[in-house]
Amino acid sequence: MFDEPNKTNPPFSKGSSKYENPDGVKIGLEVHVQLNKLKTKVFCGCTTDYHNDPPNSHVCPVCLGLPGALPVINKKAVEAAIKVGLALNCKVEEHTQFYRKNYYYPDLPKGFQITQYDFPISSQGYVMIEGEDGEHRIGITRAHMEEDPGRLVHEGTIDKSKYTLIDYNRSGMALLEVVSDPDMRSPKEARRYLDKLRNILEYLDVFDGNLEGALRVDANISIMGGQRAEIKNISSHKGAERALLYEIVRQKNVLRRGGVVVLETRHFDEAREITLSMRSKEEAHDYRYFPEPDLVPLKISGWAPAIKETLPELPDARRMRFVEQYGIADDHAKALTSELKLAVFYEEVAKKADPKMAAVWICDVLKGELNYRDLTIDAFRKEHMLSVIELLASKKITEDGAVDIIRTLLDKGGSPEEIVAQKGLVVVEGDIVSTAAEEAIKENPQAVADYKAGKEKALNSLVGAVMKKTKGRADARAAREVLLGKLG
Amino acid sequence: MITKKDLEHMAWLSRLELSGEDTEKYTPKLNSVLDYFGELDKVDTEGVEPTYHVLQLSNVFRDDEPSQPTKPLSQEEALSNAPRKQDGFFKAPRMM
Ligand SMILES: [Zn+2]
Repeated sequence: MFDEPNKTNPPFSKGSSKYENPDGVKIGLEVHVQLNKLKTKVFCGCTTDYHNDPPNSHVCPVCLGLPGALPVINKKAVEAAIKVGLALNCKVEEHTQFYRKNYYYPDLPKGFQITQYDFPISSQGYVMIEGEDGEHRIGITRAHMEEDPGRLVHEGTIDKSKYTLIDYNRSGMALLEVVSDPDMRSPKEARRYLDKLRNILEYLDVFDGNLEGALRVDANISIMGGQRAEIKNISSHKGAERALLYEIVRQKNVLRRGGVVVLETRHFDEAREITLSMRSKEEAHDYRYFPEPDLVPLKISGWAPAIKETLPELPDARRMRFVEQYGIADDHAKALTSELKLAVFYEEVAKKADPKMAAVWICDVLKGELNYRDLTIDAFRKEHMLSVIELLASKKITEDGAVDIIRTLLDKGGSPEEIVAQKGLVVVEGDIVSTAAEEAIKENPQAVADYKAGKEKALNSLVGAVMKKTKGRADARAAREVLLGKLG
Repeated sequence: MITKKDLEHMAWLSRLELSGEDTEKYTPKLNSVLDYFGELDKVDTEGVEPTYHVLQLSNVFRDDEPSQPTKPLSQEEALSNAPRKQDGFFKAPRMM
């Protein structure tokens, strides 16, 4: 089943009509992915585990660019890059090598960045996303390896600060720059693409997206009648969508006023959610790439078949398998596989409980409650999900009760059994409902009369009365049925 | 043909300050280097495999092991040659 994880045709929903793209929006993304599951940086033995440490405490002559230091490439970084390339349906190149990209900026202590140029490690792939009108293919131009620059800290905003502080702990982290074709037609599609990419990277276990700076995005965007702008400094998926939305409005306004949208680089100010022009002398890039003499070429396309064997089941393949194996709805399978941890959580629950019920309760209830609280699936134990489903399946609690348990677990902790006992959530016996219904009818003659006169809504107040009498432990639907029976 | 303007641009890219006198002196010198590449261009390279890299080696790797082959420096050592520093950071002029 896992031989060809990418060659499957996922059951994407087909949109009803073709997306017209009225403004002719074209978006291409350059995504910088830190291969941060490696132990060491790409060209030196410094640790990748620097996130909680003081600045410049994990540096060496290589990543500080001291004279005479020699880079040597990390074999695992090359393997990880091939993994990603294969998962993105790319061709792994026969010959690949590194170049120096020359420019002066304080995040690069050497005055150049070691990157790739005309021989990237992989190219010509694609990713499928759920587009504006159903399944949509985003071409991958290339995915090339490079070193991460250092981190710059500005006092205040970038256009106001007096000086720049530099931390080289990040310098030399293995980066993969994934360059897409300009195939996205809206900010929403850009966000979907980023979600998909991040999901694939997490499945591959080469990347931890929760670490600061793990994924950074530059976006190229143009609309009909104008040139493209490159937006730099986008550090989140939400940021990408906002920056692009802002940029479309800005470009449309320029054109509407009879202006010209010029080719330029803009900086995204995350706090203000606007893009700012970064006009500078070096606007006409002149990087003078030349082969990095300190690193020898790589001839590693022969590794690809063996690495392909080790690729895990990827999101689209898992989504199809969930539909087939567990008989769940495709929308649920999609939601469950959109995050590796969630997929694992579901599968562990589904092995021991009704898989369809598990899908409904995890996707439609738990996920919403988690999102509402800005929590991840880590905040909920699978044993608790199993208990809730078991209580429901044996009709010991109502659906409302189950929601109450899930909310209480997230807000206050405890165990489902404790919460059931504390809140008295056990479904009451039929005869108690029956007694309550009889009382409700006796005590609310007006509602009964209204109902009998054809006011259907009057029944709701009777149901409410039953629920009140049973302290909400009765199932509202059952109470309704009992009432209907008694009212004839 | 390298013009004085080209030379000034190259100098700027490398953050070199050239006097008017320097520019006068270097422009013809660089042009003679360029002319020599013109000589190389005359060689018939039909059917010759391009040289992508000066070294004939390929596939030299290091294992993903900490402190191999270079050992990290302490923060103090790392900052010891910095003309300006602050709170463990290198300090540079603002870049805009
Ligand atoms: Zn280092």
